[in-house]
Amino acid sequence: MKEINELNMPDDARYADDHEWARLEGDKVRVGLDDYAQDQLGDIVFVELPQVGDSFKKGEVFATVESVKAVCECYLPVGGKIIAVNTALEEAPELLNKSPYGDGWMADLDPADLSEMDTLMTHLECLERLKGAE
Amino acid sequence: MRYLPHTSEEIASMLEVVGVDDLDSLFSTVPEECRFPADLDLPVPLTEWDLNAHMQAMANDMAVSPEYKVFVGAGSYEHFVPASVSYLLGRSEFVTSYTPYQPEMSQGTLQAIYEYQTLTARLLGMEIATASHYDGATALAESLLMAIRVTKRKRVAVSSLIHPLYRRVVHTYFEPTGYEVVELGYLENGVTDLTDLDNMEDLAALAVQSPNFFGCIEDFQAVGEKAHDRQALFIASFTEALSYGLLKNPGSQGADIACGEGQSMGIAQTFGGPALGMLASRKKYMRSLPGRLVGQTKDLDGKRGFVLTLATREQHIRREKATSNICTNNSLCALAAAMYMASVGGTGIRELARLNHDKAEYLKKELKSAGLAITFDNPTFNEFVVEFPAGFQAAYERLLEKKLVAGLPLAPYYPELANHYLLCVTETRSKEDMDSLVREVAS
Amino acid sequence: MKESLGANGLILNEPLLWEKGKKGRSGFSLPRRDVESSPPGQGLTCEGPDLPDLSEIDVVRHYTRLSQWNFGVDTGMYPLGSCTMKYSPKTNEKQANLAGFAGAHPLLPAALSQGVLRMMFELQQYLAEITGMDAATLQPAAGAHGELTGMLLIHAFHKSRGERRSKIIVPDTAHGTNPASAALCGYSPVSVKSNNQGILSVEAIAEVMDKNTAGIMVTNPNTLGLYEENIHKIAETVHAKGGIVYCDGANMNAVMGVARMGENGVDVMHLNLHKTFSTPHGGGGPGSGPVCVKKELEPFLPVPRVMEENGIYRLSEDFPESVGRMQAFHGNVGVMIKAYSYIRSMGPKNLKKASQLAVLNANYIKERLKGTLHLAYDRPCMHECVFSDEYQTAHKITTIDMAKRLMDYGFHPPTVYFPLVVHGSIMIEPTETESKEDIDQFIEAFKTIANEAGSNPDLLHDAPKRCKVRRLDETTAARKPCLAG
Repeated sequence: MKEINELNMPDDARYADDHEWARLEGDKVRVGLDDYAQDQLGDIVFVELPQVGDSFKKGEVFATVESVKAVCECYLPVGGKIIAVNTALEEAPELLNKSPYGDGWMADLDPADLSEMDTLMTHLECLERLKGAE
Repeated sequence: MRYLPHTSEEIASMLEVVGVDDLDSLFSTVPEECRFPADLDLPVPLTEWDLNAHMQAMANDMAVSPEYKVFVGAGSYEHFVPASVSYLLGRSEFVTSYTPYQPEMSQGTLQAIYEYQTLTARLLGMEIATASHYDGATALAESLLMAIRVTKRKRVAVSSLIHPLYRRVVHTYFEPTGYEVVELGYLENGVTDLTDLDNMEDLAALAVQSPNFFGCIEDFQAVGEKAHDRQALFIASFTEALSYGLLKNPGSQGADIACGEGQSMGIAQTFGGPALGMLASRKKYMRSLPGRLVGQTKDLDGKRGFVLTLATREQHIRREKATSNICTNNSLCALAAAMYMASVGGTGIRELARLNHDKAEYLKKELKSAGLAITFDNPTFNEFVVEFPAGFQAAYERLLEKKLVAGLPLAPYYPELANHYLLCVTETRSKEDMDSLVREVAS
Repeated sequence: MKESLGANGLILNEPLLWEKGKKGRSGFSLPRRDVESSPPGQGLTCEGPDLPDLSEIDVVRHYTRLSQWNFGVDTGMYPLGSCTMKYSPKTNEKQANLAGFAGAHPLLPAALSQGVLRMMFELQQYLAEITGMDAATLQPAAGAHGELTGMLLIHAFHKSRGERRSKIIVPDTAHGTNPASAALCGYSPVSVKSNNQGILSVEAIAEVMDKNTAGIMVTNPNTLGLYEENIHKIAETVHAKGGIVYCDGANMNAVMGVARMGENGVDVMHLNLHKTFSTPHGGGGPGSGPVCVKKELEPFLPVPRVMEENGIYRLSEDFPESVGRMQAFHGNVGVMIKAYSYIRSMGPKNLKKASQLAVLNANYIKERLKGTLHLAYDRPCMHECVFSDEYQTAHKITTIDMAKRLMDYGFHPPTVYFPLVVHGSIMIEPTETESKEDIDQFIEAFKTIANEAGSNPDLLHDAPKRCKVRRLDETTAARKPCLAG
């Protein structure tokens, strides 16, 4: 398990309470699981992603991520319609461990309400929250 | 008492460490109103020798081979089990171990169950099989629920020629769920009537048993096509696993899930339990499977080893979202089946299945010659239905006194078949047994 | 014994069944053919399954070697919490193998099955007596199956009163089978937290109990090894709103002859014959999960039921309100025979003694290990005690490391990482059949390992070293499952 100061929390993304991240990329929002979540889960063995075209509200379960001994339900940090999913995770779920913000991204969506991004934490706020919980 | 090793000195010294005066004081956290003040009203203990006598007396009050000649199958089959299998099954490292959650000290069980999974998949012609379920009936119920999960539909179609008691278990499981079970009737020649299917929408699965309860071989190919036409899963059910030593297996005929009873593979009948639920499916449904799965892997030194895997489907991790609630299954029965299949072998199982089939054909032929009607004009394996004359029940009872059980009366299960009896012949019935039966029923 | 229990020893490698053998070998005596060949019609048959051909000695050596890679209760101490790995008496095996039982067909007329029906009838009575209940069914195949049966009974009960409740209360310490069984019956589990004493409080139950809640699933003693002291008031609270109290009886080994759940407000409960009643675990079953009920739930019990009249036994399906059938036939009769033999061999006083000694053994371990391991709840325990790895985390040693190292010392590890409410939990249940010297040896081993955690943690990280294999790659096994060869 990483120490808090070892965690990678890039500043170009926003973070939800349950450790999903969201990053604005032009018109779309890309989402995934943050470094803390992947570290806590350990080796990821399976990722169940939604179908392209499915719509979810903010906070709804849109995916599950499994390690050998645990299942993590992922809550969509910003509501919208799924326009792409990272199919590479099917053959290589370990990408989520190795590169949670890069090759291990989970889904792209067409956001319903961009203002929901502002309700998420910045990377600093997220780190503070983790430190506080210690 | 030989199972309680503590001496009074040891008890005294342990009580001292714990810091209480006597054994009763260990229960200080059990409130007074919760305590049971009396002695349990149970019989006084028997010595090992009295227990032997007591149990033997009860076992003697039973009708079994070789004294009785039983011509009944219907989901529980008399087959020869080699002494080598019974002996190996008694090895206490297999018998007294727990579920292999600590794989390093359970490689025996794990490799054995991986082998069972493989042999079962091969027997049924399927890609993967689970580590076991309770019996053929619960395996069927679980398979139907699995199809509902996979297709996200709420209705299943089930042949009325699936074992009646299996269907009752399915209804029991389905009662609180809100899912619908539709039963399909049967044709004059003793196989499932598939015509109603053409009007059915939103089917999750179509389940048919072969050989069916009447012993008749169903056309699995046609059943599979009908199911897939309706985008439903084809579930092939069975009660006599040995039949696939000879007949085309479910996998070769398009089954998506194959489930049924494995008791014929080396497991004693013991009044119906413990049994062996076999369940196998296509690889693509792997993550929807209920039950335990053993997988092959490597250890830190790169040596081959085996572990329980895909546990995130199961109750201890997924809890209310698990694919099943099953925990303890029938592992030792699965082990028996693997030992049996290993002993009989691929060449042997075909010979044994042929022998079962041919003996049943002989009995059929002799009964026909004696003037009795074989109810269904359809190929069978080791069971078939015969029509005895009206009022045969009295003769049936007389034959019981002669220690001959002339089949299973169908009336309780199919009221329209009141004088029809389901007969079973396995390799354990000799030509003399059969000739004797024919003589008795013909008179 | 001064030297470690775990030793080196020669065991042999053994390939998979299909990696050995030769076509044409056989390990089976094919019965004499006394009828003519009569091949089935074209198109019905196939080549036969691709099973390996092995000689009898191939098979015997194969399974003998495999068995030697296993550790069972007969090998050594197996203190798995909530599993009750007590000694399985060998006479029980003998009784189950008697030809009159082993060769019995389940669908013969009752007159031909009196022996086994009598055994079942008497066993039902014994179990009802031990639990303080009115009636029992022996049909469920295992504990989880018994839980499902209980849920179906509760569902049928409410339905008979024209109600359709959708929720059921499940404590946070519950075994995973509890919510899974409830869900199979269409119930949504409502989780309640145990209090800081590790037990359920009446207030927590009262807060969630309402007319839409079918009842509660308690485990008593619970999975922390503690008696649910408030069970009476909890039962009252649930009953007051028309709910049913279900008890998971997996931990009955703590209280036989001491407390009866039927007198603690419980309406329906299951037992695990393969835990409390000594039947062997078989590497994962078969078990048996009989369900005992109070009068109100009796009409809903599965059929057929074993009845007795004037010393004659029969099976009856004449119960129109029954939930139906849980298995095709009558339950795991082979397992029942072993439990029956156990109860007849022990008798009432020894059953109580067994519970007392099980609780003594657990408390003794608790007292002697509590300095070495962090004790989750420092109060009297029942038949099992729960520790955590808190004292060892400073050395970067976790519960799993200690568990793996225990193997090298010749012990099966306790239950780990359950219940979930204790982080890194270690649940130790010795049972009554472990002697003081075996327990002392276990305690010494654990203390040694705790020392190693500080002085030489790699011994734990690299453990086990003495087993057939070292730690296995469970990640790849889950990422790229290989389930058949």
